[in-house]
Amino acid sequence: MAAAVLDARVLREDFPILRRGAGDPPLVYLDSAATSQKPQAVLDAMDRYYREANANVHRGVYALAAEATDRYESARVEVARLIGAAREGTVFAKNASEAINLVAYAWGLRNLRAGDVVLLTEMEHHSNIVPWQIVADLTGARVVLTPVTPEGELDLESLERMLRTEPVRMVGVVHVSNVLGTINPVGAIARLAHDAGALVLADASQSVPHMPVDLTDLGCDFLVFTGHKMLGPTGIGVLAARPETLDAMEPFLGGGEMISDVRADGSTWADLPWKFEAGTPPIAEAVGLGAAARYLRGVGLEAVRAHELALVTHALEALREIPGLVVHGPSDPTRRGAPVSFSLPDLHPHDIAQLVDRDGVCVRAGHHCAKPLMRALGVGATARLSGYVYNDAEDVDALVASLLRAREFMAVR
Amino acid sequence: MGGLDDLYQELILDHYRRPRHRGHLDAPSVAVDHNNPMCGDQIHMELRIEDGRIAELGHTGEGCSISQSSASMLGEAVTGRPVDEAMALVEHFRQVMHSAEAPDEDRLGDAVALEGVARYPARVKCALLSWMALKDAVQTHRSTTEDPHGHR
Repeated sequence: MAAAVLDARVLREDFPILRRGAGDPPLVYLDSAATSQKPQAVLDAMDRYYREANANVHRGVYALAAEATDRYESARVEVARLIGAAREGTVFAKNASEAINLVAYAWGLRNLRAGDVVLLTEMEHHSNIVPWQIVADLTGARVVLTPVTPEGELDLESLERMLRTEPVRMVGVVHVSNVLGTINPVGAIARLAHDAGALVLADASQSVPHMPVDLTDLGCDFLVFTGHKMLGPTGIGVLAARPETLDAMEPFLGGGEMISDVRADGSTWADLPWKFEAGTPPIAEAVGLGAAARYLRGVGLEAVRAHELALVTHALEALREIPGLVVHGPSDPTRRGAPVSFSLPDLHPHDIAQLVDRDGVCVRAGHHCAKPLMRALGVGATARLSGYVYNDAEDVDALVASLLRAREFMAVR
Repeated sequence: MGGLDDLYQELILDHYRRPRHRGHLDAPSVAVDHNNPMCGDQIHMELRIEDGRIAELGHTGEGCSISQSSASMLGEAVTGRPVDEAMALVEHFRQVMHSAEAPDEDRLGDAVALEGVARYPARVKCALLSWMALKDAVQTHRSTTEDPHGHR
């Protein structure tokens, strides 16, 4: 049973980049929705892999190659366990974008017909829009975005109407918005979509790192997420699905590792999940992600969720101290994940991020790769804070104090 | 305010709070839209080109203090100048932003205050947004105008 509470000050000691000695400049890292910091356990696992077990996977006869393969495949089991997926249904990709491209090309290109609808949402990250636009261009399918309500939630009536009246074949939905923080009801959407004969892809890049996520409970057909936002390294992401779903698909990328046999007149494919892992995989990165999954299970995803709910609740209250500040997305913290985007009158997000950096506070400013959402919100950009296991209320307070100073600086100098 | 003083000089903040040349022109010769894909900043730039000179410049859009003040300073620096001179100035400013040339205050005017932006790579595109829009506007005008001497 996972610990019920999490002490960010204790966990912070696990993260070398966050350890500050006397005299070090402060580092208040509030940009984990962009990428998380890495605990020593992840760095060690990757380092040990290269020092102790480096060899190419799956082919070697010698013991070292067997050791490399074992560490790579053990990492897959760790990741699969975290999300309740089967080992065969847990495919390593480069990142969430590549995992979505995999589905768009391997499934979409072969199954979408002219006039079919790929129903996405206005709050998708570009990674869950652009691959579908490319495949729609090639197939004649249409991409439609479900609108967002003024409260920053999905307009489920519109989504239901689309499913009822249009030939929707695929529904793509972000589980937790990287801008609004909104937790979308993927389960309910999946039921509606399945009733209408459509498949569902959930982008879980902002949920798997932060809360318990179970592939079966969630009910989607495809679950994608990236490693570097969940304490793991860059260069590794995951597509998870039921093995039957993946079995029915042709490969995405062709090359080494993914074949059963290659003849002059054609080839046959390797078993799952390797059918979708062409070429030498990012072995050390997978090992690092496995260590991250193990670390997160050790902390306990329920504890992470409880910690972040308290953190977001505090952030929503503390940000109210700043006159004119508008928080985008749901006002109810229980409907939100970690990201909190906000706007300040007369202070552009770029200037916000630059000015609070002076106090060692890292927040993101920009469109967050969600330009359709920016247009829906009627803003060009927002500033965003996003906490994680190593942040506490003091970090939020440091941001708020810095924001107050930034306002003063820009207005009366 | 420590190291940010060179970035947020009073002159920059003044142009940000009271932007010059902001708005639309009555009869623009050319208009272009540019955006900074990194941050979503947008600029709409209109030029009235007469007798080979930039007679008038108008800019609208949204952006941070750096991109907005830069557009304002650009308007001050190029209005009334021959188009070729303005183009040379755009190139000079670009080199300054990449720390490849020392700023020529006589030609840049207030825009010399943006020199410090060069030390903040993430903000260089903000400062260059309007200048690149101007370059595009001139090139667009040249390619569409019938008079080959229009820019001479």
